[in-house]
Amino acid sequence: MSWETVIGLEVHAQLATRTKIFSRESAAYGAEPNTHVNEVCAGMPGVLPVMNRDAVHMAMKAGAALGCQINRLSQFDRKQYFYPDLPKGYQISQFAAPICTGGEVRFLVDGEERVCQLTRIHMEEDAGKSSHEGDSSLVDLNRAGTPLIEIVSEPDLGTAEEAAAYLRELRAILRYIDVCDGNLEQGSFRCDANVSVRRKGEPLGTRAEIKNLNSFRFVQRAIQYEVGRQIDLLEGGGRVVQETRLYNADTGKTFSMRSKEDAHDYRYFPDPDLPPMVIDEAWELRARAELPELPGARRVRYQSEWDVSAADAVTLSASREVADFFEAAAAGSKNPKRVSNWVVNEVLRVVENPEDGLALLFTAAQLAALSDMVEAKEITGKIAKTVFEHMVATGDDPGAILDREGLRPVRDEGAVRAAVEKIVADNPEQAEQFRAGKTKVMGFFIGQVMRATKGKADPDLVRQLLAELLA
Amino acid sequence: MSRITPEEVRHVARLAQLELGDEELEAIRLDLDAVLDYVDLLKELDVDDVEPTTHAVPLDLTLRADEVVTTLTRQEVLQNAPSARDGMFRVPRVVEGGN
Repeated sequence: MSWETVIGLEVHAQLATRTKIFSRESAAYGAEPNTHVNEVCAGMPGVLPVMNRDAVHMAMKAGAALGCQINRLSQFDRKQYFYPDLPKGYQISQFAAPICTGGEVRFLVDGEERVCQLTRIHMEEDAGKSSHEGDSSLVDLNRAGTPLIEIVSEPDLGTAEEAAAYLRELRAILRYIDVCDGNLEQGSFRCDANVSVRRKGEPLGTRAEIKNLNSFRFVQRAIQYEVGRQIDLLEGGGRVVQETRLYNADTGKTFSMRSKEDAHDYRYFPDPDLPPMVIDEAWELRARAELPELPGARRVRYQSEWDVSAADAVTLSASREVADFFEAAAAGSKNPKRVSNWVVNEVLRVVENPEDGLALLFTAAQLAALSDMVEAKEITGKIAKTVFEHMVATGDDPGAILDREGLRPVRDEGAVRAAVEKIVADNPEQAEQFRAGKTKVMGFFIGQVMRATKGKADPDLVRQLLAELLA
Repeated sequence: MSRITPEEVRHVARLAQLELGDEELEAIRLDLDAVLDYVDLLKELDVDDVEPTTHAVPLDLTLRADEVVTTLTRQEVLQNAPSARDGMFRVPRVVEGGN
């Protein structure tokens, strides 16, 4: 019997607040070690946590965007474990009563929509960072107390590809609604994967949790490796142990953290420092009202209204920056589908990292104008690409570039006729072949004429004249 | 009747990183038993019509504005650290797992 893979994901997303979740210290990334630490982050005696209103607001927006139920009442709990980057000896998290429950993420895999249900979203504080040197560990508490939401999925994902697509969609949504910058390298979007295998129709197998997956590629590879490892184990008569494993990007393998058996005995209890959190309907509605049109809705609209392909719709909607640019260009053009090709194939080729802003010298309206010139057959696609390169370099209008670079197509029939006549005269052999019925050589003639006119001859006119002269 | 075993006390002590001598362990075991006895007493109350609470005082969570206020310099942060290096707290090496 064949094997089935079951994957559930836990994503930790840092909320884009200015300050930490429970104190007014800056939550900015990249500062010198321990320069964003105050009494609360350092866990000094006698301090009290005070909740950041914007952190709650952002967590609520995330819940609203993901179709969760926003709970009127939620509670903070202490999750106890000892580690040097956790000064208090406990992490403030939500256990029994999280801010959001339920929800779902819809995403495309090979053009087909999949749905992954969410279990919950809860709020918590991040820990500090340890680095290791010889017989010492060094602790930087700048990150301690940074607001996080943990988004927990149901075990609804069946392949590594689905897991990666789910994560890309989730990240896109969080970036659209401005609650998380989604930077995997800096750790503001982190993923743990729970992976198990079972024979079709059997109950869930024992799962392993893979941590430290800081790129979508690693998520995919780590899951693929882990699935193979578990199947080999089971087919060899062994069994899977429930444990935490780490992924080594160099070897492409996962390995056991060999944590102690009681490592997961966190002894949660309600934090006496934090009374229950109340979110009234008015606040929830304010958060909902701030939601922009999300990538999924845009994707559907691009396909249905503008006939954009599913794959291109995914690419165009993946970030708000690209989507907004595309929509501005498409709305101002005669053929939005043609514009979608320009953005996917050309604009995204010249923009290094679209999420940092497109930083283009030309505008969406100028791209629409260029696309429309091709649409109206004023210029060929080939010349349009040359014009595009000039637009990238200068930001000038396509019309101005055509004039300046002498790229205006030659419509003057006399000039084109002269060129066509010369080519036909210079290639009597091919002309004979054409007349003998080998019509394929038409392509050869068109190519020669276009080369002779530096691509500026109007292709329709060339074809018409060739047909006449070769008849 | 004793309900908490010495092993359970040892387990909880290990989680709390407490080192207990045999006498202390027995004393704590008796204390914990007494706590459970008290909880049993509370269980006799009829609380069917009472909403569960996590706090004794009926307060809602206090919220604050997301505005940065700096209170400590790095020097002050590290002042009480037994050991520091390169602006960081220095502790005995702690790495879980490995290859």
